Amino acid sequence: MSARYTLEIRLPEGVTFALPLAGPVSRCLAFLLDFLVISALTTAIQRILAAFVISQQDERALVVAAYIAIWLLYGALAEYFWNGQTLGKWLLGLRVVDAAGLELQFYQVAVRNLTRAIDLFPVIGLAGGITMLCNRRVQRLGDLAAGTVVVRNNQPPVPNIEALVKGRYNSFLQHQLLCARLRQRAPAQAGAIAIDTLMRRDRLDDRARVAIFDDLAAYFCTLVEFPAEDTEQISSEQYVRNVVEILFLSGKRPALAKTAVSITAR
Amino acid sequence: MILDLERFVAEGRPRWRALEDALRAFEQDRFHRPSFEESLRLFDLYQHCAADLARLQASQPEIATYLEALVARAYTQIHSVRRRTPLRPLRWLTDTLPATFRRQWRAFALAAGLLLLGCMTGVALLRMDVDAKAVLMPFPHLLNDPAERVKQEEKDRGKQIAGHQIAFSAFLMTHNISVAFLSMAAGMSFGIGTILMVFANGLDLGAVCADYVQAGQAKFLAGWLLPHGIVELPALLVASQAGLLLAGALVGSRSRLPRRQRLRSISKDVFTLSLGAALMLIWAGLIESFVSQYHEPVLPYDAKIAFGLIELALLLWFFARSGRKRNIARNEFE
Repeated sequence: MSARYTLEIRLPEGVTFALPLAGPVSRCLAFLLDFLVISALTTAIQRILAAFVISQQDERALVVAAYIAIWLLYGALAEYFWNGQTLGKWLLGLRVVDAAGLELQFYQVAVRNLTRAIDLFPVIGLAGGITMLCNRRVQRLGDLAAGTVVVRNNQPPVPNIEALVKGRYNSFLQHQLLCARLRQRAPAQAGAIAIDTLMRRDRLDDRARVAIFDDLAAYFCTLVEFPAEDTEQISSEQYVRNVVEILFLSGKRPALAKTAVSITAR
Repeated sequence: MILDLERFVAEGRPRWRALEDALRAFEQDRFHRPSFEESLRLFDLYQHCAADLARLQASQPEIATYLEALVARAYTQIHSVRRRTPLRPLRWLTDTLPATFRRQWRAFALAAGLLLLGCMTGVALLRMDVDAKAVLMPFPHLLNDPAERVKQEEKDRGKQIAGHQIAFSAFLMTHNISVAFLSMAAGMSFGIGTILMVFANGLDLGAVCADYVQAGQAKFLAGWLLPHGIVELPALLVASQAGLLLAGALVGSRSRLPRRQRLRSISKDVFTLSLGAALMLIWAGLIESFVSQYHEPVLPYDAKIAFGLIELALLLWFFARSGRKRNIARNEFE
């Protein structure tokens, strides 16, 4: 999991998974967006009230009442009926969930929103901000009281390993004995790192990419040495692609025998 | 363990997609009640995907990330109570709220004690130094001589507020509710904020009472404060009770449970008490606007005092007795 903050949950089935937690900056931005929404709603109510013939004193009292009511109700109602999201959270891809990974209950969203005042104390959310920074789960005081956390609301697509090596000729596959030896010697973690690097290649800058692929190719060379005529003309990145194809894919190329990879359970 | 990854993904992908579709249906409608077969299928798919995750977790970070997100969503749906609980506001009001209050009475007693201490301090400070009035009085209109204010109010006959009662009561309700919620939320400062707020309210109340009693306006004071204050003050104390519960869970000196579990175990009670306080303040806001602001000769003080005492008796009965028999019967049944 690449996120800096994660919430680890261990299932009764024995599997541990991690939810990516939202960082303080994205949460602050979501709060600012929600603040704009609340201000817009209050202004709209003010305009509506102004249309009616009521005294200025009444208008002021009703606007203050509306502002407090919206402030108290907006977050709780939106988060309960909209899968833990307010407009600000939805725009930033965040969601409130139960800290144990269970379904969010109404009393939880109510408590986390009603205790917001103490998070904003004394100014600009200092108490809540400090609590978030001192907390492994990035919880503000309201989250602690309600037993909730804010996570990133993303469902990554199924990764397509085949696409990584598609359309490129793999000269290593001619040497079935060396391929088998590579599959036997390569640790699972090394294969995983190679796939991870190939998937992120476009996000790396040129120098870093060349350096990482050089290191990986050099490492795989130490496991099995393919003939020089097959390795001299290709880049380190192509070398790693060839290795990934040998380690993870089978049945697509005529020269490729049954491919297998060793998986070590955590 | 030896694994053919391509085959594994090819075999797993249909059930991953099926789980995604099933979850979408559940997530789109939080009140969706699945059939028995639907629940079984979701559970089956969840277990398969959890097993797939267990096999890939150490070696395939990209696929594991996808499966982790999927299993996390499924876990939420599988392990949560999806029960269409009928909304029973009356039962909540008559049973749940008073039962919660009684269960957590110690926190209320502490809050009441703090308010009393504040009152006594306010009285003592005003007796010691009359000039302290400028600091102790919560509102500017209380700084004048009480006898003069009474004279003015009785002469005014409620004309100042006439026609503005609804806006005034709406303002009072929301303002008091936000103060009550602040007192509750301040419990997260290990109770320091809640204690200070209750004490400060007691200080103001004690000073106002001492000022009016000293000026010989005790009857006006009772007629003015009792109708709404008899509900407003307990509401503040109930909100502070919730705050002290939070503080108790944070400190947790008597519990061996971790802090997170302590807070989790009381958060429902905190919500119940806070909502109860808010409802009481709605009533208090209406009474303050429509009853308390009218004085003799419009409303006789005796009638206002009697009204306040009736409210007090009802409030005492409500928190001490309401829903008690039904709760005992329900507990025995369970």
